[in-house]
Amino acid sequence: MQNQDMFPVQRTLLHIEEIYHEGGPRTRSPLLRGAALAVVKNPFAGRYVEEIAEAMDVLKPLGRQLAARLAEALGGAELVEGYGKGAIVGTDGEVEHGALWHVPGGYAMRQTLSDSLAMVPSTLKVGAPGARLDVPLVHKDASYVRSHYDAIEVSVSGAPARDEIVFVLAMTTGARIHARVGGLQVDQITKRDGLR
Amino acid sequence: MSVVAWRKVITLVEEIVAEGGRTLVTPARRAIVGAIVTNPYAGRYSEDLTELIELGEQLGEELGRRAVEALQRDGSVVQSFGKAAMVGEDGELEHAAAVLHPLLGAGLRRAIGGGKALVPSSAKVGGPGQVLTVPLGHIDAAYVRSHFDSVEFAVNDAPRRSEILVAVALSDSGRPLARIGGLMVNEVLGEDGLR
Repeated sequence: MQNQDMFPVQRTLLHIEEIYHEGGPRTRSPLLRGAALAVVKNPFAGRYVEEIAEAMDVLKPLGRQLAARLAEALGGAELVEGYGKGAIVGTDGEVEHGALWHVPGGYAMRQTLSDSLAMVPSTLKVGAPGARLDVPLVHKDASYVRSHYDAIEVSVSGAPARDEIVFVLAMTTGARIHARVGGLQVDQITKRDGLR
Repeated sequence: MSVVAWRKVITLVEEIVAEGGRTLVTPARRAIVGAIVTNPYAGRYSEDLTELIELGEQLGEELGRRAVEALQRDGSVVQSFGKAAMVGEDGELEHAAAVLHPLLGAGLRRAIGGGKALVPSSAKVGGPGQVLTVPLGHIDAAYVRSHFDSVEFAVNDAPRRSEILVAVALSDSGRPLARIGGLMVNEVLGEDGLR
């Protein structure tokens, strides 16, 4: 089954933030934080379907498309330092339908970005059209890097309709703009275990 | 970077492939670019609002240029435009008017290389995360009914009380499934900005 047959894309949204300061020193090269979103039809809306896991494979091409587009918009995969993902399921669906995104969304980003050993953090919810989702972000190589704990808030006006799902991938090019609460630093990543 | 000392700039590029269960013959694309700037008049009454008027012109050109670029990357031609501002709570509605009305349109027209129609606008006083609806209208003929549209824009941490959120929106088409008649794009005379 092809992505376009099972989860036809209704619209896409690319969301890019350039952050220069937040009341502190102004940076010359901004932190870029972005998200790529796709609104798709939910093939399981309106009924309970027990066997849904195969749909994860079907979603892999969509994951790769979103990851590639987002990395390019942020200046290239080599500049990306943090990532996250999420989904908003329309009200005729279940949060479990959003959970289908864990595997294809996560693998897409790992394929697109080098190293990327850290677990990709995520948020999922059922929501009405225009619902806003806070997508968490962590450093892609080591989850404990404190400077890179961040989030990006996204929404699509008018979506998800009750039979739609909004799938989200998010990436960032660096630490929070005025990060200064200590903890594990990027140059202290040594264990290569995805955590430290 | 531009002349404008903004805190943050956000670009949204939306492509509508299907609407109401129907796949569009040509996908509709929209770009919305918004900047968060400091309001130089926050917390005081100033009779003169020149700084915001001049800032409006710079923002019109710079945000417009970015929106045009975002659409052109996908081969789109600009057909409609709009502008809006949300002033943080230590400012006044008049501050939004100062940014938007005297000169922003001139900068925006330079960025898109034309546009005879009035640029439709909306403005309000508001706070972080609040949704700003940006109206859209045809760039050369305000009466083109298929292009009366709007887009939404919100920034989770802005505008703070001494900031202003200023946004411009461009689209390469009218509403996705426009079918309520009125003046059509192919009937535009393009002389007076209205028809």
